[in-house]
Amino acid sequence: MTLLDVRNLNITLQTAMGEARAVRDLNITLKKGETLGIVGESGCGKSMTALALMGLLPENATTSGELLLSGEDLLEKSEKEMCTIRGNRMAMIFQEPMTSLNPVHTVGRQIMEPLRLHRGLSKKEAFEEAKRLLDRVGIPNPSERIRNHPHQLSGGQRQRVMIALALSCSPDILIADEPTTALDVTIQDQILELIQTLVDEEGMSLVLISHDLGVIAENTQKVMVMYGGTAVETGSTDRIFDELTHPYTQGLFAAMPKIGMGRNRRLTTIPGTVPDLINLPKGCTFTDRCPLASEKCGGAVPARSQMNESHTVMCHHLDKAIKARGGELYQ
Amino acid sequence: MNKTVLKVTDLVRHYPLPKESLLAPPRFVYALNGVSFTVEEGKSFGIVGESGCGKSTLARNVMALEDTDAGSVQILGNEVVGKTFNELRPLRQHFQMVFQDPYGSLDPHHTVGRIIAEPLAALEPLSRQEREDRVKEVLSSVGLKPTDMSKYPHEFSGGQRQRIAIARALITRPALIVADEPVSALDVSVQAQVLNLLRDLQDTHGVTYMFISHDLAVVEYLCDEVAVMYLGSIVEKGKTEDLFARPAHPYTRILLDAVPQPASGKKRDRIRLTGNVTGQTEKRSGCAFQDRCPMVDDRCKRETPTLKEVEDSHLAACHFSRELVEKAG
Repeated sequence: MTLLDVRNLNITLQTAMGEARAVRDLNITLKKGETLGIVGESGCGKSMTALALMGLLPENATTSGELLLSGEDLLEKSEKEMCTIRGNRMAMIFQEPMTSLNPVHTVGRQIMEPLRLHRGLSKKEAFEEAKRLLDRVGIPNPSERIRNHPHQLSGGQRQRVMIALALSCSPDILIADEPTTALDVTIQDQILELIQTLVDEEGMSLVLISHDLGVIAENTQKVMVMYGGTAVETGSTDRIFDELTHPYTQGLFAAMPKIGMGRNRRLTTIPGTVPDLINLPKGCTFTDRCPLASEKCGGAVPARSQMNESHTVMCHHLDKAIKARGGELYQ
Repeated sequence: MNKTVLKVTDLVRHYPLPKESLLAPPRFVYALNGVSFTVEEGKSFGIVGESGCGKSTLARNVMALEDTDAGSVQILGNEVVGKTFNELRPLRQHFQMVFQDPYGSLDPHHTVGRIIAEPLAALEPLSRQEREDRVKEVLSSVGLKPTDMSKYPHEFSGGQRQRIAIARALITRPALIVADEPVSALDVSVQAQVLNLLRDLQDTHGVTYMFISHDLAVVEYLCDEVAVMYLGSIVEKGKTEDLFARPAHPYTRILLDAVPQPASGKKRDRIRLTGNVTGQTEKRSGCAFQDRCPMVDDRCKRETPTLKEVEDSHLAACHFSRELVEKAG
């Protein structure tokens, strides 16, 4: 059963410099219990996609396309209707556990808020439930911690509180936007493990956003690689890492220092920087930095080619890209 | 025999905490508890560890940016601990620093030329022409154009700003550059450019790096030697190849295992670390890692392990390091 169906989503931001096309023609389908990873560098539109799903886009944003949650179009909902969905059927974990919790309220109060609002629990019931949730996300001594303010907790514990908050109404979809970027590797490991267990046990769908290919590879079933506001490559995680095809994905993978790589090889670099969303190239957004780029690339948006039933790539030079697999592309 | 550029001996730094009451004993954050290492000319020394392990405190003390409680830091044979501001001034040209955040570490009101030329003020006076030549030379060595001199920091991307920060560190032709997480604020594709640049500069200028990072893959790529820190002490130190292939401290093993691998296939088997970094404000007997260690036994609670050699120039502070190395080897 398809839970989330995003069709041709476009997001445009009105800025003082002109129109910035943050997301272009994006399609996502997510079944119940499925996990999807979105990878990309800053400015590729991954966070904008997450905000659009939650109905939290900034006021200068205009959208087109469809965003269907169990058949209902979220883009057409009023703010009032969105309030009953947000935090209830869909919940989000933000990147900065330091700034996304309210510093003047106790964590208990913050977890109780959605419980009372969406599930209509009494104050006492909500308090008990909040305690149970804190215990569930692995915070030691929940009956004491519930009275703590965010500053009394460590970064990892704050992120656990954020997860407890997101879980409070057993949402259908959990969106995690760089949930571990601000944390140490060991704490990151614990948090990802926690998210993974909770998703398995509660049967939630997960959208995990990260710039780290490693995090995505180990925690999702499907991957979507975004560049310049579009999905340039999508596929199932099990296979995609053996068959990286789009020149950008190949470059991104080769540019990552990997443990065990040794010190004698130079790191592959992708020349240039991420594109300016205001003056995006007309055709393929990767044209300026792509070693395979030809005239065709600058003029027309490449079609989505199906590599096999689960793997799609947007590139004009598919054959050359496939031949270049293995890292020779950027030498 | 190579020249020693940086020699740190038993460096101690304890930050005092406010007293709980007038008669309460003073309390401290034990940020550095006796750290020693040496770095030879033209080598890169990496320091890894979780946040709160004292990495940045170490950098600030090596750079003589704050008072040190005990121990010594010698740069090119000159002691920097305990010197006054004016005594340090002529020495500072030999050691420069690159900071983590390329947005916060460049003054937005100054042109790039002025930002880069600023460290030259600590040298003997130079003519305007000489200064300009030096700035142009250093700009081209970090891959920027000489015309970029008159631009302002906001006109550059994150990666380019970090190049400017590196140019500013290079302009005094220092022997040592201390880099505190220089690539962690950058995107993957740009990070690779900056890492390659740091390596090229080492080949052409022969600079020595003290490189601080929480990213083990980055350290493996750039550094000749690595030290792993935990709660203000070095728990393992050795050549990068040895340390990554045969970690002799359980903490190093766990850190290496925690790095997610970008590859398809099954999840790896590994030991996960439980709990957070704790106990920075208390002194206790035994190993600092005992609460989180999967191999802990009675001896760890009684005896504090010291750094001992497990292989040639590979040291670890663990009672079980020999067994660990044998198992991995």
